[in-house]
Amino acid sequence: MRPQDILMPVSAGLCCKPGGFHIDPVRPVERAVITHGHSDHARSGHGAVLATRETLDMMRLRYGDHFAGTTQAIAYGEQVRLGDVRIKFHPAGHVLGSAQIAVSCKDTCIVASGDYKDAPDPTCAPFEVVPCDVFITEATFGLPVFRHGNAEDEIRKLLASVALFPERAHLVGAYSLGKAQRVIALLREAGYDAPIYLHGAMEKITGYYESRGVALGELRLIKGMKKADLAGTITLAPPSATSDIWTRRFPDPVTAFASGWMRVRARARQRGVELPLVISDHADWDGLTATIDATGAGEVWVTHGQEDALVHWCTAKGLAARPLDLVGYGEEDEGDATAAGEDAEA
Amino acid sequence: MNRFAELLDRLSYEPGRNNKLRLITGYFREVEDPDRGYALAALTGALSFKHAKPGLIRDLIAARTDPVLFALSYDYVGDLSETVALMWPKSVIDREHDGHDDQRHHNNPPPPTLTEVVTTLRTLGKTELPKQLTRWLDELDETGRWALLKLVTGAMRIGISARLAKTAAAELGGKDPHDIELMWPGLSPPYLDLFAWLEGRAEKPVNLDPTPFRPVMLAHAIENTDFANLDAADFIAEWKWDGIRVQAVSGRDERGNMQVRLYSRSGEDITRSFPDLLPSLHLPGAIDGELLVVRDGRVQTFNVLQQRLNRKVVSQKLMKDYPIHLRAYDLLGEGDSDLRMLPFEERRARLEAFVTKLDDARIDLSPTIPFDSWDALTAARRNPAGAGAGEDAEAVEGVMLKRRDALYLPGRPKGQWWKWKRDPHIIDAVLMYAQRGHGKRSSYYSDYTFGVWTTVENGEQLVPVGKAYFGFTDEELLQIDRFVRRNTTEKFGPVRHVVHEPDQGLVLEVAFEGLARSPRHKSGVAMRFPRINRLRWDKPPREADRLETLERMLKTDAIIQA
Repeated sequence: MRPQDILMPVSAGLCCKPGGFHIDPVRPVERAVITHGHSDHARSGHGAVLATRETLDMMRLRYGDHFAGTTQAIAYGEQVRLGDVRIKFHPAGHVLGSAQIAVSCKDTCIVASGDYKDAPDPTCAPFEVVPCDVFITEATFGLPVFRHGNAEDEIRKLLASVALFPERAHLVGAYSLGKAQRVIALLREAGYDAPIYLHGAMEKITGYYESRGVALGELRLIKGMKKADLAGTITLAPPSATSDIWTRRFPDPVTAFASGWMRVRARARQRGVELPLVISDHADWDGLTATIDATGAGEVWVTHGQEDALVHWCTAKGLAARPLDLVGYGEEDEGDATAAGEDAEA
Repeated sequence: MNRFAELLDRLSYEPGRNNKLRLITGYFREVEDPDRGYALAALTGALSFKHAKPGLIRDLIAARTDPVLFALSYDYVGDLSETVALMWPKSVIDREHDGHDDQRHHNNPPPPTLTEVVTTLRTLGKTELPKQLTRWLDELDETGRWALLKLVTGAMRIGISARLAKTAAAELGGKDPHDIELMWPGLSPPYLDLFAWLEGRAEKPVNLDPTPFRPVMLAHAIENTDFANLDAADFIAEWKWDGIRVQAVSGRDERGNMQVRLYSRSGEDITRSFPDLLPSLHLPGAIDGELLVVRDGRVQTFNVLQQRLNRKVVSQKLMKDYPIHLRAYDLLGEGDSDLRMLPFEERRARLEAFVTKLDDARIDLSPTIPFDSWDALTAARRNPAGAGAGEDAEAVEGVMLKRRDALYLPGRPKGQWWKWKRDPHIIDAVLMYAQRGHGKRSSYYSDYTFGVWTTVENGEQLVPVGKAYFGFTDEELLQIDRFVRRNTTEKFGPVRHVVHEPDQGLVLEVAFEGLARSPRHKSGVAMRFPRINRLRWDKPPREADRLETLERMLKTDAIIQA
């Protein structure tokens, strides 16, 4: 069976005809299999949803109890049969509950990796290499200029700045789901044990992380805090809030932004970021290429991001590669688009 | 080098002056000699070595990476040094064969120190450069590579003035930055003596330089209410010339040769830009004065003088077309004597004698304005041409008042010198676009593009004529910010289009100092020093000024220049 007969891109997303489902569909479908909880991958209104328990919980937090007709939770390593195919979930290391989905039909195995990173992250299960015939990879940071380095070093940079400017507040822009909790966890690992402040939009999801056993230390909401009391503190906020009227409650804030995009100076400057922190929940160039190698896949499909460079790299290595023209992804993280609720004054 | 790179990296994003100071002082405190000294040299532009060409950097990266991937990356990043710094592949160098056999053979060699980079670059031959750069690029991290490439290509551009770097050094020892300015010409990298003094480990370095810079004395802007407390008889008045403030210093070195240096008001050495003035400064002394372009005995406007500024090469033609001139208004030293502790009136007398002795057409005295009352001076300021400035009146931007007994004190001492600028030009313009500011202002729309009306084929249209980001009060900023947020018609990234219709929009009273023709602006004009003078909530945009008004002002200027 040809791989494109198992999975093919359609306008609703990646469609598996023999299995009768779509992966991360961008519009309502009868049966959806979902890689992770970011809003561009996990949308509401599907008939049936198959995902990890965490992903389902996050969808419920965002959309309410009736986000889908029926739901089914699946654990990492667990296999289920849908129509003529078998699917199995593996950790993707992207955020809590994120999964790669291995779809096997007869003797062909395709892995749809969703979003992934091979870097360590104290808030989620580590990425697992899944040998396959066709590997579907994201390419958010699919250019060799993107090398994220150690997140720990970036955290050290943040702490050095807090030490140098004790009278200023440090405001760290971070996506509410995943990045924020990872930054907090990294701060704790680095020995920072003062309370960390949160923008109201992060409260629910951060509380959920804690309920799943991710220890984040003492967290406080920013609401009601006096300006003077925020000197020398660290606050996490959705990226869009860090250049908003909301920031006026902070004493002379240092605006930081935790994102893989911060590697490129023009991107950081454009946003008025004073302290760029290169911390990403996506694989960097080295991570993407090493992962493709490790899967042993002979064919690579590249989606959302800088497809051209990665397709070129694969081709030069003698791998069959093509861009998958899927639309509607890659806006969740590190971009400007955040869910409307996150912009609200909180 | 990585620590220095980290500093440059932080500085490149930090908009606030005081925060920049803190970062630099913090670096000096943390880093040892001689690295910090070379860093100070790099920040003050005191390093000299032959810069690498961008072509060389391109060759280096081409030898290491796939051309398609490089092209895609360069296209995305947009800056050559940064692209190379980011995509430089971690080393696969074969050290066995490159002849550098030492203990670090099989291990990762430590990254080079700034000292190593600077001292190596000074002596390195051109042919050895590519190999050396490659080795360093292998050893440094991303930020380190970026800083290295900026350094070797001579394109640091991080928004730090030499003055700021010296101030940061002064803060290390709680010293007055003026002291550093004074001794600076006698110091050289890596400034071991300077840092020893700053840390209280040694005596103050002595400046043996025959042509030192002396920190300049500055004036306060005078307000109408100030005059009541001032007696006209205590003051000498001069025209305020619209040129560049310079300090022209001549002195003999140990061998008895005459040295001449020109400094900007912040102490930057600008000698090389004005070789045509140097022969005129043939007597030992230090003149405080204004650089001007004078053609056929007439002072040209600042717009003309601008043609001579920031030139890499000063051609014969440039010197002929824009003859440089020094209008002297103070004498800070003569021969071996320091005159700064003399009262201004006495210095002025010494200056008059000195200029007479120089006897050179390129150097003359800034004339004083005779006046016996503030009313008389007010009249002179209103009509410089009739009060002695004659045909040079267009290059007069107001009046300077100096106390007869004022000593020459660095900085802006209170009540000694006053500047009384001529009234600025004023127009009413319409707010068209607003952009968020930086730093403290990053949550405010504080940068405004404004326009005036012009007639086009299909009616009346606003054409942008300038941008301003200060002049308003904090309260006014809040008001404009609120107006912008409520009246946005379109958003483009950080820029908002603000409603600007004949009956809807905000009229800004804009003050500016001068106007120049500019092919780069759609309107054809560029303003000098525009700022928001007042908010005209009362005025409908329809009644704002027209482009013709600006063009008329331009014509008056042009006639005077011709």
